[in-house]
Amino acid sequence: MNPDAIRDKVAIVGMGCCKFGENWDKAPEDMIVEAAFEAYEDAGIDNPQEQIEAVFCGAVYPSKGTAEVADALKLYGRPVSMVQNYCATGTDAFRYGVFSVACGMYETVLVVGFDKPKDRGVSGPSVQTAGVRGLPMTPAGWFSLCAAKYFETYGAGREDLAKIAVKNHHNGTLAPKSMLKREITVDDALKAPIISWPFGLYDCCAQSDGAAVAVITRRELAKRFRDDYVLVKAVAIALEANPQSDPSFDFLRWKPTVSAAQQAYKQAGIANPFKEIDIAQVHDCFTLTELLTYEDLGLCEKGSAKEHIASGTFALEGELPVNTDGGLKTFGHPTGATGVRMLYENYKQLQGKADKRQVKNATVALSHNIGGAPQACGMTIIAMP
Amino acid sequence: MAGIVSYGAYVPMLRLQLSAISGGGRKAGAGGGEKAIANYDEDAVTMAVAAAMNCLEGIDRATVDGVLFASTSYAYKEKQAASIVAKALDLRRDVTTADFADSLRAGTTALRAAVDAVKAGSAKRVLVVASDCRMGPPRSALEKSIGDGAAAFLIGDSEVAATIEHHHFIADEIIDVWRTEGDPFVHSWEDRFVVEHGYTHNLVEAVKGLFEKAGLTPKDFSKAVLYGPDARSHAGAARAAGFDPKTQIQDPLFGRLGNTGAAFAPMLLVAALEETRPGNKLLLASYGDGAEAFSIAVGEPVTGLWTRRGVKWHLERRAELDDYDKFLNFRNLQPSAFDRRAGAGVSATVHFRDRDEDISFRGQKCRRCGTMQFPFQRVCYGCFTKDDFDQVRLSDRHGKLMSFTFDFFAGSPNPPLIVTTTEVDGGARVYLQMTDASAKEVKLELPVEFTFRRIHEYGGTPNYFWKCTPVR
Repeated sequence: MNPDAIRDKVAIVGMGCCKFGENWDKAPEDMIVEAAFEAYEDAGIDNPQEQIEAVFCGAVYPSKGTAEVADALKLYGRPVSMVQNYCATGTDAFRYGVFSVACGMYETVLVVGFDKPKDRGVSGPSVQTAGVRGLPMTPAGWFSLCAAKYFETYGAGREDLAKIAVKNHHNGTLAPKSMLKREITVDDALKAPIISWPFGLYDCCAQSDGAAVAVITRRELAKRFRDDYVLVKAVAIALEANPQSDPSFDFLRWKPTVSAAQQAYKQAGIANPFKEIDIAQVHDCFTLTELLTYEDLGLCEKGSAKEHIASGTFALEGELPVNTDGGLKTFGHPTGATGVRMLYENYKQLQGKADKRQVKNATVALSHNIGGAPQACGMTIIAMP
Repeated sequence: MAGIVSYGAYVPMLRLQLSAISGGGRKAGAGGGEKAIANYDEDAVTMAVAAAMNCLEGIDRATVDGVLFASTSYAYKEKQAASIVAKALDLRRDVTTADFADSLRAGTTALRAAVDAVKAGSAKRVLVVASDCRMGPPRSALEKSIGDGAAAFLIGDSEVAATIEHHHFIADEIIDVWRTEGDPFVHSWEDRFVVEHGYTHNLVEAVKGLFEKAGLTPKDFSKAVLYGPDARSHAGAARAAGFDPKTQIQDPLFGRLGNTGAAFAPMLLVAALEETRPGNKLLLASYGDGAEAFSIAVGEPVTGLWTRRGVKWHLERRAELDDYDKFLNFRNLQPSAFDRRAGAGVSATVHFRDRDEDISFRGQKCRRCGTMQFPFQRVCYGCFTKDDFDQVRLSDRHGKLMSFTFDFFAGSPNPPLIVTTTEVDGGARVYLQMTDASAKEVKLELPVEFTFRRIHEYGGTPNYFWKCTPVR
């Protein structure tokens, strides 16, 4: 890997995000149009037919695929392609968009992440019935895999997870486009029905519909769109062995995050992530995922997350605010859109446009997705010039 | 002489109090006896595999030449069950398999056929399994009498623990107990008619025919192992055949096990072999559309089998299901928002490719670095070598829990579903559900063994895979 290949070559000049939620009255096309036209307006794009050269899409449950995006935006006669990479889908779509601009193939491209899981009539991700080994189980069951061993090794417990849920519920109340806007208490979280131990209802994120869009361009052209553009420092993807069968897994971390972080920090030239990163949006599909991510990203020592949760290190007013918009927990988790939604929040924070949840003096922002059993992690680091 | 080289049995862990049935859905009360019931993930096939594993403990499975499987309650109407059992046991491919179906005496018929095959020299060792998981109509007298369970015998002609000496068979046509195509429930004619003209008449005729043929009398036998539909009829038939009900009758386990159908007489034979002495003679008689009687001579090798779990151990291992509604759910007899049989089901081609892993429960060991892995890989997890593995049977090993969760949303009829990552002794990691366990006993490093179960019923077919269960 050439760590300098894309650093500072690509700028985000516009972003949009529809309201996340159970959008019963909206088709995927409606959400895509809302997010894309907000991004156009943000970037000052008045003629997308001329100005957008290619489209990179990410969705896990598309009904039609690339046509959903092309038809919605009437972006024909140009490349429209779609990627799928578990919960890192949106981040991976962004990554391909960045490559296409950095290599000089296109000047300005659109990245569209979207998903409409609530059209499927089930309250969780779809089940796969091809073989007997895959069923029955739930994502909550997969992501709880590290719980027993981690708790026993480091003395953490459900109370520590509950505090993460309380934090993200609070942050979600400050984000206009979030799905859930309700403060909860540690007691609420601990007393909620168990979904899959140790996860109670409030340890699980809100699956929702949604779409988010980014307009990216070459750095040299960024000023044509806006003065406060944001630069891409790193885009990373890492796949690891399925932790359910990996013979060397230690049940204390998610390996994909550890591997993706190495790539991302190398690209961005980051040596001390806790000091050098100002805010982070991380994949809190379940509260334990956020806890492990603090450590797996090197934001704190392995085993120390509990102390940092207690002291508020990652709260909105803390030293390194995490999931400033409420995260997957309350903003919602339309799988393909989530990575792009995180970029939306980071972009707004860096520009100082995050209103009540604004973090002061943030100049470097990280986003992180992890999905599958989990096996795949995607990351971005973006910063003000 | 051909006979029983090894035996095994299986009684499902769960018990249903008979009072819970007569109470019409009320919680279980004290007294009145109980019956063994298959868990929701068990059926005649899975219980047969469990009994057979019990029987084959310490025996080289490559020496088994055939599987004869007796039952009235196979999971499929068309598709052989014996071949599923053979695959789950990871037997050789060149084995003979056959199902002995549709009659309560199918278990002993299969036993006789295995003995005949060994005597004729067409096979050296034949595994006979009898397993039944029958249903009476909910809250009927029949439902109260029926229990679930299985027995297995390895038949051979060396190291014989019990020699099958003489036999006498009767075939009869009578509409006493039956189940028709498409009906999940067993039905019965009026019980006095069934007992007098069906059960007692045929059983006693077969036993007396055996006496006459072999020149034996009741006094020659230490124990009579008799099938029976209920305690009273059973005692009546024993007396009519000339046995002393107080000293000569193998306990038929009414109130503890229940009538396990085609597996009943075979299970009682296992129970008798667990308590007998070398030199004793046993009488075995089963009933169903006629009757069959055998004289069995117990030999010295039987003492070597007494470490097997058998019937006694399994009867002592018990847990009560305290809710009759749950039992109905287990049998898909209650309408539910969550239909376990809905959905597209398992892809037959995926099943075909995964049979060695999913049914035989084989993992693989890298010849280069020794890393054990499951499922099969083309490229080694440990050293990345391509296609250089030995297949290793995991089902008869033990393991320990590396991780677990209690999943309340995974669609189990008895939540929470216990989901684990289990490390098999030797190293392979397998994502497995745990069964026959309560959340309270689950902890890291818990020792587990493996049991063949229905993992789900999507598509309306019994879809089998292995689960772990605490070592008991």
